[in-house]
Amino acid sequence: MSVLVYTEPHNEKISKNAIEAASYASKLATLLGTTATALVCGEAGDAETLGQVGISKILQVTSGSISQFDTQKLSKAVQEAVQKEKATVIVFSHDFSGKAIAPRVAAKLGAGLVAGAVSLPDTSSGFIVKKAVFSGKAFAHVSVTSEVKVISLLPNSFSVEKTGGTASIESFSPETGKAGVTVKEIRKESAKLSLTEADLVVSAGRGMKGPENWGNIEELATLMGAATACSRPVADIGWRPHHEHVGQTGLAIRPNLYIAVGISGAIQHLAGVNGSKVIVVINTDAEAPFFKAADYGIVGDAFQVLPKLIEAYKQFKASNN
Amino acid sequence: MKLLVCISKAPDTTSKISFTENNTKFNEAGVQYIINPYDEWYALVRALELKETLGGTVTTITVGKADNEPTIRKALAIGADDAVRIDAEASDALAVAKQIADYVKNNSYDIIFCGKETIDYNGSQVGGMIAELLDLSYVSLASKLEVNGNTATLERDIQGGKEVVETNIPFVVSCAKGMAEARIPNMRGIMAARTKPLQVLPGSEAPKLTEIVAYSLLPEKAGCKFIDAENPGELFQLLHNEAKVI
Repeated sequence: MSVLVYTEPHNEKISKNAIEAASYASKLATLLGTTATALVCGEAGDAETLGQVGISKILQVTSGSISQFDTQKLSKAVQEAVQKEKATVIVFSHDFSGKAIAPRVAAKLGAGLVAGAVSLPDTSSGFIVKKAVFSGKAFAHVSVTSEVKVISLLPNSFSVEKTGGTASIESFSPETGKAGVTVKEIRKESAKLSLTEADLVVSAGRGMKGPENWGNIEELATLMGAATACSRPVADIGWRPHHEHVGQTGLAIRPNLYIAVGISGAIQHLAGVNGSKVIVVINTDAEAPFFKAADYGIVGDAFQVLPKLIEAYKQFKASNN
Repeated sequence: MKLLVCISKAPDTTSKISFTENNTKFNEAGVQYIINPYDEWYALVRALELKETLGGTVTTITVGKADNEPTIRKALAIGADDAVRIDAEASDALAVAKQIADYVKNNSYDIIFCGKETIDYNGSQVGGMIAELLDLSYVSLASKLEVNGNTATLERDIQGGKEVVETNIPFVVSCAKGMAEARIPNMRGIMAARTKPLQVLPGSEAPKLTEIVAYSLLPEKAGCKFIDAENPGELFQLLHNEAKVI
């Protein structure tokens, strides 16, 4: 018996989502009285970080076995790793890759899948995993009855714990067969920070009155090391790129801090951001529904508040260094 | 082309979410059901667009009881040619995927469309599972899809960007924003939908590997703390000392 976690490096680095999933897998292994193995599908210069969060063994997929993203090949690689490690629980991050592969792996292994888990299972009677439902408005407690189980962990919902261990590294060449999907091109967005992985996000909406007024939003975000986001109307009218759109139809994000400027807080927008740990709302309208979901609020004109905030942040930074 | 679109119902986005029977059942009182928006706006409409340019048929498939029929009729009003309802409880993603895969095995299709997830259970599971059960290619979270002969070119969302991929027909795709624009059914469509074929088929044997045993609501926010707009710098002290996020 063991716990297996799927990881896929980005730019030859183990991603934040993968570290969270690995830490979750290692905690789960402890709970079940076993060890956790990480399957690393791709080159990573920093695979040892997986050992530091409690992974005892790394299966490093050799280059060439899987040169590009294809769910048929990757799910076969996971299946072979599961058999090799006698894994009974397989953990993914519920990110772009996890959403693509975890369902295939679950169907292949006849395993129950909990997609979007937010905490470790309750094993006091059975195996019950809490997951986010209704676009973040509630949680469901899901009992998994199959012998082999698959869990995909919602990003930024689990605190990583450094255990300070080291993992042994074994090279792994799974038999993956032919790819049905060929990757033709990868287009990176120009954003400096990936919105779905950012801890801090500064977002703005129609209250900014025009695309030429985003200077202050970008300045505040750059100063804070935050990613920028926007509401749907602003993306639809072309003031901001579509990849910045957060909400029901755009991206769902769960940063530690979400600062919303000039966004009223329609239910569709909230559905994409209500998993944020702390929400700050800046709006001229004291009755804006977003204030009901906020932790901190400023009622005021963004054009006056933002320059003051930028100055205040510079002072805050200077006094906290 | 034979196109199949998986449709499920979901509570309207603005529905109040609450639970009954000691927090074990979703409270349906007063809840308006709609076609899951990703199934409707992106999957169904893109399938209709392909049919309009390349010819063929668009069939919708739903796993669930008769209470799904109003949303199925709406999909027909938007333009699907016919609909299939597998008369089984949509209890678990793998069970739903198995019902659909079993149907497809007996009725081959060129492209099987799903929405990227449902807005109630947010699983993003059924498309990948159907693909696995049928041993087909799967392109997840696609925002573009063009078909050229036997080959399709798709754009899918990945970490920090997009990936352009190619695959051969048949395949399974889950559809995200960018695929198509929502369509509003017109009166002619609504009238025609009443008489379009809706076939009800019995469900096959399907495993039930997961079950929701309880629900809980997101903890209420303690309330919003307001900061003076004239002196907003206090915000960063609070975020640092109280909320500890910066």
